[in-house]
Amino acid sequence: MSNTLANPPPSWGDPNLSDQEKRTLAAMCARMIPASDEYKVPGADDPLIQADIAKSLGRDATAVHEALALLDRLAGGDFAALPVAKQDEACATLRAEGGMNLTLTTRIVLQCYYRDDRVMISLGMEPRPPFPKGHVLPQGDWSLLDPVRARGKIWRDA
Amino acid sequence: MTDDIADILLIGAGASGAAFAWSMAETKMRIVCLEQGGWTKPTDYPTNGRDWEARVTTDFSPNPNRRGRPEDYPINDDASPIKIMNFNGVGGGTIMFTAHYPRLHPSDFRTKTLDGVGQDWPISYEQLAPYYAQNDRMTGVSGLEGDPAYPPGKKPQMRPPHLGRSGLAWGTALNKLGWHWWPSDISIAIEEYEGRAACINLAHCTPGCAQGAKASTDITYWPQALRAGVELRTHCRVKRITTDENGLATGAEYYDETGTLRFQAAHVVVVACNGIGTPRMLLNSASATHPNGLANSSDQVGRNLMLHPYVSVYGYVDHEVDGNRGPPLSLWSHEFYETRPENDFKRGYIFQIARGAGPVTEATTSFDHGRLPWGEGHHAVMRQLHYRRLNLSLVTDDLPEAHNRVTLDPVLKDTHGIPAPKVDYTIGENTQRMIRHGIEKATLLLQTAGARDISTVNPIALSGWHNLGTARMGTDPTTSVVNEWGRTHDVKNLFIIDGSLFASAGGVNPTSTIQALSLYVADQMKQRLANLFD
Repeated sequence: MSNTLANPPPSWGDPNLSDQEKRTLAAMCARMIPASDEYKVPGADDPLIQADIAKSLGRDATAVHEALALLDRLAGGDFAALPVAKQDEACATLRAEGGMNLTLTTRIVLQCYYRDDRVMISLGMEPRPPFPKGHVLPQGDWSLLDPVRARGKIWRDA
Repeated sequence: MTDDIADILLIGAGASGAAFAWSMAETKMRIVCLEQGGWTKPTDYPTNGRDWEARVTTDFSPNPNRRGRPEDYPINDDASPIKIMNFNGVGGGTIMFTAHYPRLHPSDFRTKTLDGVGQDWPISYEQLAPYYAQNDRMTGVSGLEGDPAYPPGKKPQMRPPHLGRSGLAWGTALNKLGWHWWPSDISIAIEEYEGRAACINLAHCTPGCAQGAKASTDITYWPQALRAGVELRTHCRVKRITTDENGLATGAEYYDETGTLRFQAAHVVVVACNGIGTPRMLLNSASATHPNGLANSSDQVGRNLMLHPYVSVYGYVDHEVDGNRGPPLSLWSHEFYETRPENDFKRGYIFQIARGAGPVTEATTSFDHGRLPWGEGHHAVMRQLHYRRLNLSLVTDDLPEAHNRVTLDPVLKDTHGIPAPKVDYTIGENTQRMIRHGIEKATLLLQTAGARDISTVNPIALSGWHNLGTARMGTDPTTSVVNEWGRTHDVKNLFIIDGSLFASAGGVNPTSTIQALSLYVADQMKQRLANLFD
């Protein structure tokens, strides 16, 4: 029951975005996380990231549809067609009024953005899942516990 | 359809059911276990894929209402600030726990006598200690002997997890304050143990360990129990425990994996469905001889629910810490665990000290908080947060209160039409005062560690892991559901072995105690086989 089922249950909502919704989502993502030459990362409107988002709606499909519909309404019908300054105004209103639908939508955006190879490399991470390579940590020096040992028993007799 | 009679029918294959099945198998009795979920394959676990952090919000969400797998039952927890967490399948909650493995303290068993609050247990720490040790050997515990927060005698099987960068920061700050800290006991194999591979710091331990280093009972107790002859039937959901005209349990009606209603007869029924599922089961098993629910003449079934309210306190340091690169929980502080005369509350709490967060968790929580902005500043701020978070949780003692309870929802049902549980819970005044104290101390600790932007989540809503007390042990049948060795007062061939038994919650994660209790009850039954129903 992951979020990428071929045939999700109807209660999750329509797993597909319309062309209009795709335009609105990409434009919103560009305002949310823009590309950066300084950090060598794409924006969240990057086509690969958008494709990942589009197939990851899952349990939150209805919330995403409703958040995008609200954004288009706030924009007077077509958010993507607005000039950037007007888009930022609409996004500010969306953040105030979007509620849980917006929270769930931005969570999917962030989940997909921060697993993109280019973004992970920019953060100094290897672009891979944890298994099977795992990670290496410094063992540390447990003599740091000497003051705790010296203090002695703190449990209570019962 | 009726199955051949079993000597023991065990309902639930989780933390307690697995330990019980393994222990009782040596009797060579016919033991049948019914489990509503299935087996989880290591390749299913999230750390196999690039979406590993996202899946804790989807098919590996700890919240059954969100997860919504076919084997999950819905829970109406609207009337609780803390939402119920669980996992339904072989291994139960041990599939999806973080493997923090403390024992209760001796004082937890005598809170009424020592502090005038809660309820004493009918057994002591000393009585349970051999079963803690037996469970530790079966499970494999990593830690460090000599913790001054516990009586002598606790000997972990393996060395502690790595101190790491986060541990160095925490330990240095705790030493400056002169407070207790110690590497946590964790049920993760830091070294190879009994055929299980060693931990390789996948770090995302909670939603299952792809390496098999975390001691979920599907890979610890169950293989041995099955080899010893226990029969485990998966995807079998019990509808109700049945009773005869004398009020004794006769077995259970259940739906098999095809949806067919069957009957499993048994001489003894053992319930291991956790602190929510067990009262639900007993209340759904009302009959002419038990009109108020099974084993409920005291009206205590479902009451005294204790959830260990969790509070998160965290901040950011200017140097890199471990983030998602190691078992998340590897240190604890029991500095404020015991009752102190200067406090305005009784009992106490631990600091459950964590390593940090992965990038998605950092981004989503900071975005929701407003710390991580939209627009141009996003990337610079993210780089000030990523692998810079120090976080801890308060795990607070929770006193038993009769109004905190599990009942049956009048409307909500699972996919088989069985009434779902309804949870009514409020955080008590004693715990509220404890939380205020804990936030103040945790903030001081983070400041001492050099953290900035200190924030609090009070309570953590998705933290109802520890569902305790809803069929508690006691010697008085008017105030408890089971006796001092796990048999229900009302039904002499019905036993309970899970977290429902807890008379007090303590302020620590309960799995180690749940499993020790299960082994204790099994041992009590074995000693009494000749007169078990007297």
